[in-house]
Amino acid sequence: MTSRTPPAGLIFALPALLWVGLFFLVPVLIMVGYSLHPLDQSGAPGPLSLADYTAFFAEPAYVQALINSVITTLIVVAISTCLAYPFAWCIACIVPKKYQRLALLAAILPFWTSYVVRSYAWLLALSPVGAVNKALLALHLIGHPLMFAYNPQATEFGFIHFFLMLNTLTIYASLTQINPRYELAARDLGASAWRSFVTITLPLSIPGVAVGAFLTIVLCIGDYVTPQILGGFRELLLPQLIMMQIQRQLDLPMASAMSLLLTVLVALAYVALQRWLRMARL
Amino acid sequence: MMARLSARTMTAAAYMAVCYAFIFIPVGVLVLFSFQSGDLPVPPLHGLSLRWYASAFNDGRLVDAFTNSIVVGSVSSGLSVMIGFMAAFGLARYDIPGKAVMRAVIMLPLAVSYLLVGMGLLVSSSALGLGPSLVTVIIGHVVINMPLAFAICQAQLGEHQRRIESAARDLGAGTFRVVFEITAPMIAPALVAAFCLCFTLSWDEFLIAYLNTRFDVTLPVVIWDLLRGGLNPETNAAGSFIFLVSISVMAIVELFLRRGRRS
Repeated sequence: MTSRTPPAGLIFALPALLWVGLFFLVPVLIMVGYSLHPLDQSGAPGPLSLADYTAFFAEPAYVQALINSVITTLIVVAISTCLAYPFAWCIACIVPKKYQRLALLAAILPFWTSYVVRSYAWLLALSPVGAVNKALLALHLIGHPLMFAYNPQATEFGFIHFFLMLNTLTIYASLTQINPRYELAARDLGASAWRSFVTITLPLSIPGVAVGAFLTIVLCIGDYVTPQILGGFRELLLPQLIMMQIQRQLDLPMASAMSLLLTVLVALAYVALQRWLRMARL
Repeated sequence: MMARLSARTMTAAAYMAVCYAFIFIPVGVLVLFSFQSGDLPVPPLHGLSLRWYASAFNDGRLVDAFTNSIVVGSVSSGLSVMIGFMAAFGLARYDIPGKAVMRAVIMLPLAVSYLLVGMGLLVSSSALGLGPSLVTVIIGHVVINMPLAFAICQAQLGEHQRRIESAARDLGAGTFRVVFEITAPMIAPALVAAFCLCFTLSWDEFLIAYLNTRFDVTLPVVIWDLLRGGLNPETNAAGSFIFLVSISVMAIVELFLRRGRRS
């Protein structure tokens, strides 16, 4: 060991720490400051008060958007995990080792279509004149074109598509880290394939499921694009409300308060999943 | 036994086929109708043509935004990799008090939505009286991508590299020479992979760019504006082109990671 004085290491880490501090932590603190000074009648920042937060919870439409966001996120997490788990399991346990990487890359290829374009592509597919309706009509499964887009289900559909890919990736990663000998041992001791899956593989893969779920929550609850393109305007989500505050009301303090509430939700999700997130080494 | 095994494999294959179909529907529709020779990107397909690609490449706003996106992506990814790599080196090679906290601070932006990062920068620049600009977007993209570059570099800095570094030190190399002439070249594949990953994420990022720009915008923001005009095959052409760029960059990552794993 040569003389390794602490300052040298700190100098290397300093740019990163400063960047996060100056361009993320300080801005968030400024947002907190903004949210505590609601605009007065003239549109100028008023005195220190919690009025924007109390106003948020007093307005049924806002609370409804908050509830919509939470419910949509929970539905998306549940469905995309349930779809992704068997898919990831098939890739990890059925597909021959040689082709696994290819199978996985194919499963996440559409991940790299532009985020804005992806929702638009679903709109094309789901619109009354779109490919899905035309295919169903041709197969005589439906008599007239159905309206699939512009409703909350379309938003969930778009989200589930994206997060199916993401969760497949995280669950696959945790499945392949499980030592196959554990399951072999269980089988040797007489456990059925199903029993050894339920008692060995499933519990050991939970950290991967938790990482996928947490990423889904973070990305889903803060997304504006998917609901705005696919969801229509009957049931708004919180990010849509935040953008309306910025663009139409020009009310940055209220938009800040709402964004911070959204972040509190994400923090709560982190606390709930913390136990498993700590275990994950992806 | 044989029959049961194949039944299981058949079920698995069928399930995978359904998943792949679901995953590929939007991409398929998008790319197929970018070659539409008719005026609408929906069935029936009147014939194949490149007219919408021509119209996208002649659209001044798309071309400007393309240039902006390349600049924002390159600059922000370069900064992310440089800063992230240095931090990973500092934390991997030196005993600093409060290491765990520093690591948590650096990784923090990964655990929040882009909305918070974008809003923070919007509110701050408004507090400072600064107008929207691409510089803010670059800053924001470094905030979200640097932690990723940091994590990738950290995973690569192992014992093997440490031994070579101390050999270089024993031969009289100074710290900066070790970092830039020994460590960085050794993990070059990871640095390139990190750069490419950051680039595709910046290239595709919408919310931070949308909140912090007005006239000089990036590609996803222009596409967003195009969407207001309704369904248009030009959007398909632009979208398919963006997809092509992203997967080309990711193919480079795959190549470099494979080479890195082999060495």
